[in-house]
Amino acid sequence: MSALTDDTLPTSPRAVRDEMIVFAAMAVLLAMVPATGIYPFFVMQALCFALLACAFNLLIGYGGLLSFGHAMFLGTAGYCTAHALKVWGATPELGILVGVAGAAALSVVTGFISIRRQGIYFSMITLALSQLLFFIYLQAPFTHGEDGIQGIPQGYLFGIFNLAKPTVLYYVVLAGFLGGFLLIYRTINSPFGEVLKSIRENEQRAISLGYKTDQYKLLAFILSGTIAGFAGSLKVFVAQNASLTDVHWTMSGEIVLMTLVGGLGTVFGPVVGAFVIIAMQQYLAGFGQWVTVIQGVIFVACVLTFRRGVIGEIAHYFRRSL
Amino acid sequence: MQALYAQLLVGLINGSFYALLSLGLAVIFGMLNIINFAHGALYMMGAFCAYFLLNLAGIGYWPALIIAPIVVGIFGMILERTMLQWLSGLDHLYGLLLTFGIALIVQGVFQNYFGSSGLPYAIPDELKGGMNLGFMFLPIYRGWVVVFSLVVCLATWFLIEKTRLGANLRAATENPTLVRAFGINVPRMITLTYGLGVGLAALAGVLSAPINQVRPLMGADLIIVVFAVVVIGGMGSIMGSIITGFALGVIEGLTKYFYPEASNTVVFVLMVLVLLVKPTGLTGRAA
Repeated sequence: MSALTDDTLPTSPRAVRDEMIVFAAMAVLLAMVPATGIYPFFVMQALCFALLACAFNLLIGYGGLLSFGHAMFLGTAGYCTAHALKVWGATPELGILVGVAGAAALSVVTGFISIRRQGIYFSMITLALSQLLFFIYLQAPFTHGEDGIQGIPQGYLFGIFNLAKPTVLYYVVLAGFLGGFLLIYRTINSPFGEVLKSIRENEQRAISLGYKTDQYKLLAFILSGTIAGFAGSLKVFVAQNASLTDVHWTMSGEIVLMTLVGGLGTVFGPVVGAFVIIAMQQYLAGFGQWVTVIQGVIFVACVLTFRRGVIGEIAHYFRRSL
Repeated sequence: MQALYAQLLVGLINGSFYALLSLGLAVIFGMLNIINFAHGALYMMGAFCAYFLLNLAGIGYWPALIIAPIVVGIFGMILERTMLQWLSGLDHLYGLLLTFGIALIVQGVFQNYFGSSGLPYAIPDELKGGMNLGFMFLPIYRGWVVVFSLVVCLATWFLIEKTRLGANLRAATENPTLVRAFGINVPRMITLTYGLGVGLAALAGVLSAPINQVRPLMGADLIIVVFAVVVIGGMGSIMGSIITGFALGVIEGLTKYFYPEASNTVVFVLMVLVLLVKPTGLTGRAA
């Protein structure tokens, strides 16, 4: 039924071995970044978005639910973490905990509302909910409206790691990314993930087999929103601010774009897509609104000619699942 | 009380735009199975089209009311023929993603040339001034927008529900293969339907130009509210879209008077309430 999945092969020992090799290569490459002289800020930012896109992909790629409001988890966790760090003077680990808890609470509420409808309505509902939140944050005093929360102190993680040092911060963000990635990987290969895929393929049949599909979808939504929130909390330490752009619908669109470019429903696609899109924004920063136009063109081109995305095409070529 | 009536009028005007846009979305969804994310961008193009006609060709408001929807409608039909038609048979979400991309392109191009500020568009001479109704002062142009939108909405309803063309259209929505077997050119009908929906959006854009100014992002936030309207009303019924559109506009207007802080969010909050009480929407079938 779903067009997403023509090429998804069943999980086999070989697929798992391939994925482990690619994961190890990715981890080693990313760990070497500080030694290469590449601007670490760029890679850290890309890692946060990569984790965010992976969380989004958990819903669309494995649950068949296209959320057009995932920026709300990014922004909410960002605001919570920033507020805890700056106003309460919390330690970094506590700040992250507050941010993740905020995103988790939000995902419980928004998930409960949005999974009541399917397909295209689900997308419109998540978009509307994130717009509702945008207006709330625009008016709420603690977000400082248009200015956002600026100059957030980074502090010492667990009292030892000085996050103000770029290299230390880099490895903390990398560890967070790899941890989140493995959690998602474990989820999609668990029995829970298998049920989720069956719901994506044919929800009616899953119901007839006795699965309470609403509960599975809600749990997937909460997991996705919470991990997206974790990415948002990490991003606060990198950017040292939390602002309205992180809650805006354009951000939700970018998350969708990253995943689409890399490959919907692929394990590594969202990571590749996030690096591609962030790099593009970096290099085209001087072109003003043309960046929006180019993003639109990529959307159109991907949907019309390149629906598998980068990783999806590679996997298709080698007849593997990645 | 003057302020209350004024806000009610603003609400009715916004409701007119919600109705025209959600009506177009519903018609397009019925035939193409696509949620047209570009609807807000095409609404904006309608307003810009009127602006260009006036400032480049000296063509005024009244001809623009006809020309702009046709021009933008043709643009929409080209989009449908060159891109959207390739998506038939694919998952719905690709239509949403493609039209989102189109919206980004259109809005980005206009932003490059016109920035984000508003361009003025004068109210036509015939509709300037206002009437004193005794209980309130009614600017004639605003009254015109409400009445004219209502007429267009009802005409569209009549076209789809009561004419032979509409009957063919509804039949093609239910079962395109069978309708083709009767010798009706369904692909052409789909293209024309998309043109009709887009034309309605462009018409709303022309109507709003003298009120809201002409801005590249005028449709971007509006379309999200219209999505919420569509979720509340459901897309199963044409009349349902019209009534929901106007009703939500009025509720928004009332909110502006009684509790202005919530005027941006009231439609979304209502959407949440409707989803909790009646998940299929007020008039819609399950989807």
